[in-house]
Amino acid sequence: MSAFLTVVRPGLFATIQDLGRFGFQELGMPVAGALDPVALRLANALVGNPPGMAGLEIALLGPVLRVDAASVRIAAVGPLAMSLEREGEAARPLEPHRSHTLRQGDLLRLGAVDGASVAYLAVAGGFALAPVMGSLSTYVRAGIGPLGGRPLGQDDRLPLVRDGVPDGPDVELPQPPEYGIGPLRVVLGPQDDRFTEQALATFLSAAYHVGKQADRMGLRLEGPALKHRGSADIPSDGLVTGSIQVPGNGQPILLLNDHQTAGGYAKIATVISADLPRAGRLRPGDRLSFQAVTVDEAEAIRRRQEQAISGWIRAIRPVRPAGGIDLEALYAENLISGTVDIVNGGSDLPLV
Amino acid sequence: MEIRFTTAGDTAFNVEFGEAIDRATNARVMALHARLKAEPPPGLVETVPTFRSLLVVYDPVATGRREMQAAVEAALAGSDAATAEGRLWRLPVCYAPDLGPDLAELANGLGLTTERVAELHGSAEYFVYMLGFMPGFGYMGDLPAELERPRRTEPRVRVPAGSVAVAGRLTTVYPWESPGGWHLIGRCPVPLYDAGRADPVLLAAGDRVRFEAVDRAAFDGIAQAVAAGRFDPACLRAAS
Repeated sequence: MSAFLTVVRPGLFATIQDLGRFGFQELGMPVAGALDPVALRLANALVGNPPGMAGLEIALLGPVLRVDAASVRIAAVGPLAMSLEREGEAARPLEPHRSHTLRQGDLLRLGAVDGASVAYLAVAGGFALAPVMGSLSTYVRAGIGPLGGRPLGQDDRLPLVRDGVPDGPDVELPQPPEYGIGPLRVVLGPQDDRFTEQALATFLSAAYHVGKQADRMGLRLEGPALKHRGSADIPSDGLVTGSIQVPGNGQPILLLNDHQTAGGYAKIATVISADLPRAGRLRPGDRLSFQAVTVDEAEAIRRRQEQAISGWIRAIRPVRPAGGIDLEALYAENLISGTVDIVNGGSDLPLV
Repeated sequence: MEIRFTTAGDTAFNVEFGEAIDRATNARVMALHARLKAEPPPGLVETVPTFRSLLVVYDPVATGRREMQAAVEAALAGSDAATAEGRLWRLPVCYAPDLGPDLAELANGLGLTTERVAELHGSAEYFVYMLGFMPGFGYMGDLPAELERPRRTEPRVRVPAGSVAVAGRLTTVYPWESPGGWHLIGRCPVPLYDAGRADPVLLAAGDRVRFEAVDRAAFDGIAQAVAAGRFDPACLRAAS
């Protein structure tokens, strides 16, 4: 029998995303992919998947999913409220940043995303969907990707690669990922020479906030206008996620994953790759400012970030519940073999 | 002009061959694109050709700016501008007032008849400089000088898919319904993007395009064949 997650209620904007559809920008195909790739990578790590496997990106309010499989292991990363409804049991909240093992018939309610624009849900083994141009990322504007390139809809069935959970207990991240604070770091250019000295100084010192027009394509920023030397227009050239383009009105636009492949506005700066997850998490009303670094510095920052992510993944450990024993883990790990080895299990829980 | 490298953060840089939109400059872009595609340096993600520059996208974890720029400079030293000539397409277009709602206004502004606008538009062979804006949207040039006109001051919120349009010295066919500021002069019944095709995007940068005027009956016939899945766009490929 096939295994599915069935969409009982679609939520407001949940899309399937991996780390992006690279290799087709020469055809005008946007990269798309997870706005917060760090969260997707960690969610995948929690369920034993390779880091780039496609998961659900959840914005605003998540879907309600029914488990139509013998069992499934899931994990969410990000500021997401979740709860589980199981036949014959009271509904109970589920924590993000750890895996959970769900059974046939369970209802997984993914609630509000609060504190960032997006959160992610990964399922062990991933979704059995056909990649489009090598990727399972969803580009909604042109309907490209799995499910016809649209967000989750009512009664969609998300086919699962595996029916049943992997060996081993549920696991957790010791703490949620850290994204850092302070200004977003940028490398000036590629067209910083198209702006006045005053505009560059303003850009690197003023506070901006994210305007109402904010989506997967980009964030319109509001704050002091940036003056061009001459025209705002250039012969259209390539864009990257993190490009900050400034049209004639002087209000910058920070481009995110669904950005067009090319554009004709001068770009004052580019957010460094290590800060793109932070940028992708911004919401309307959020305040931000910018700090210039060199490419060398950006590369060093990214290397340190990769080391940190590897460290978080290495620190993933069997779940240790606060104030009690995780019965699921105990049953899975110990009782089956007839022993409860507290010392060798590394648990500091009191014996009960 | 000297080749310029400009920085797009720690994941990409542009190789700029000039400021102007012309075939000679674009040929150098396409030559480097072809060379890097044929022999990608380690860590290269992809390259994106535009009018006068090539965006080189790389993985900053697998490589770095210094190594990637050195690899690109080496490729430049070896690259000759003689790339294979692109495919030639003959795209049908119906220049009817309801399918090209700006035809009359444009003709009027240019001091030409609508028939003359259609005739001039169909007289040239266009070169696909680049794709962008939306998947499959080709920036093609050069439009005959008599048809040069800046973009509309009021962009349209909805341009129907298939609209054939002009702006400046460029022409295009909108692959999708989208907003747009170009002047709409007709419509092409063949989708420039079709998810059902093995290669959904019809045109590639470097291809050439000729527009062939068709009447309403022929337009409708092709549109019906497309809708029924009975139209193979390979029949639009012309022997060059």
